[in-house]
Amino acid sequence: MDWDIVIGLEVHVQLNTKTKAFCACKVSYGDPPNTHVCPVCLGYPGSLPVLNRAVVDSAIKLGLATHCRIREYNTFARKNYFYPDLPKGYQISQYKDPICYEGYVDIAVRGEQKRIGLTRIHIEEDAGKSMHGEDGTLVDLNRCGTPLLEIVSEPDIHAPEEAYTYLNTLKQIVRYTGISDCNMEEGSMRCDANISIKPKGRKALGTRTELKNMNSFRNVERALKYEAERQRKVLESGAAVTQQTLLWDEQSNQTKAMRSKEDSHDYRYFPEPDLSPLRIDDAWIGRIRSSLPELPDARKKRFTELYGLTEEDAALLSSEKEIADYFENSLQTFNNPRLTGNWVKNEILRILSESGKSAAESPVTPAALAGLLQFLHNNTITPQTAKTVLDEMAATGKAAADIIRDKGLEQISDSSELESLIETILKENPAECERYRGGETKLLAFFIGQVMRGTKGKADQTLTRKILEKKLG
Amino acid sequence: MALLREEVIYIAGLARLKLSEEEIERYTRQLSDILGYIEQLQELDIENVAPMSHVLDIVNVMREDKALPPLSREAVLANAVEHDGQHFKVLRVIKE
Repeated sequence: MDWDIVIGLEVHVQLNTKTKAFCACKVSYGDPPNTHVCPVCLGYPGSLPVLNRAVVDSAIKLGLATHCRIREYNTFARKNYFYPDLPKGYQISQYKDPICYEGYVDIAVRGEQKRIGLTRIHIEEDAGKSMHGEDGTLVDLNRCGTPLLEIVSEPDIHAPEEAYTYLNTLKQIVRYTGISDCNMEEGSMRCDANISIKPKGRKALGTRTELKNMNSFRNVERALKYEAERQRKVLESGAAVTQQTLLWDEQSNQTKAMRSKEDSHDYRYFPEPDLSPLRIDDAWIGRIRSSLPELPDARKKRFTELYGLTEEDAALLSSEKEIADYFENSLQTFNNPRLTGNWVKNEILRILSESGKSAAESPVTPAALAGLLQFLHNNTITPQTAKTVLDEMAATGKAAADIIRDKGLEQISDSSELESLIETILKENPAECERYRGGETKLLAFFIGQVMRGTKGKADQTLTRKILEKKLG
Repeated sequence: MALLREEVIYIAGLARLKLSEEEIERYTRQLSDILGYIEQLQELDIENVAPMSHVLDIVNVMREDKALPPLSREAVLANAVEHDGQHFKVLRVIKE
């Protein structure tokens, strides 16, 4: 039998505000334990939460970037549960009235565009961190109260690969808006998944399971693949899928049942009486709208239309705002989009990954790259030399012009100089000359290679080829 | 509305309360009484009344995104039943 897969994703994004959601403690990562904690974090009697305005700004920003409606009148709710990393005994969240709702994200799956609906985006706070040891559990409350946005998709995802693409697209959008760095390894982006399967074409949904503990997009995809297959086997054996929470185990590549405590998760939500309601007017939304940058989709489209880049190159160069900015900044100095696009895509990205730097802190500035490409474009240097110069620029911070001058790297396009070198090479390789003249014309590449070696890659290729063909002909 | 004894035990469990037999009985009676009073309110027509989430008629009480000094770690850990000088120490929480 054929089966339909139905997937919904819940993504938590940690906001990069300076302070926590409901108190003035600094948001920090990796600082000594319990050094960013106050009475609000501790849930002391008499302490009162006060909402951080920047958290609301961030939520509206992401809502607008994902085509959501923004709720005018918001309240907060308490989600009650006991765990030592949350001293209040409840998490401040939003329940029935999330700040953003009814949005969507467009993703590209195998060349086709697909729209994934967003049910809601709501504001909530993170809990602290617990470390489980032999003789007890240690609790660090630095993270407690850090602002999160929870982004809940509609069950519009029908394949594990789509889930992967959706997460990547969502991450791009979030990073463009600048509200979070979305690092799954560091926990600033987390993802849980709901999955069920049903006989192909049937309307009613099957029983779903919830998957947790995936620490990368690839693991989300793997866990979903595994779980869809597991459910298919269960159903085809005539048994029923049990609704439960499963943990992805990276070591064994399996989903495993969570040994649950008593909980059927009875969170007893009720309105948070310590926070005033939040009213968002059109002026506020307008202010945020005008602060939004051009988003990845629009930028990609512009790159193909304005610069004539291929879909693939445009997607790559627009994937990160910083890279797209780098590319366009370089064009300001030297406007040759195809050439610049190629060099950013191949060489600059390589240099960045080797140096572990972001495009904004690139050792070669956009203007410096443009300077180099001008020399390449007007044939002062060969492509091979340009790569050497670029590496030197990255290492020393020198300008292309200085390196080319100091090292005498200008392309040799003086035909008399090349001719005498070629004469020598032909004399040294009589056998190859014979074979070439006998019809083995692919030996031309051999001779060009010799010339390049003799000039350290500086010989003008077109001219070299011309002279060789003349002399061998 | 009468509350069942099982419901009281369940609610106590969620609140991490351990009740004696006598307490279970007493709270079942008292909570049932309270729910009875609430039930009287059901008679009111509240069709056009918005639910109240805050006692004061105010909105948008917010602060700017500026950090203030936290408590010292000594102060943070001062009331902990147990700590190691850096962390709170609690009974081992079994996860998974």
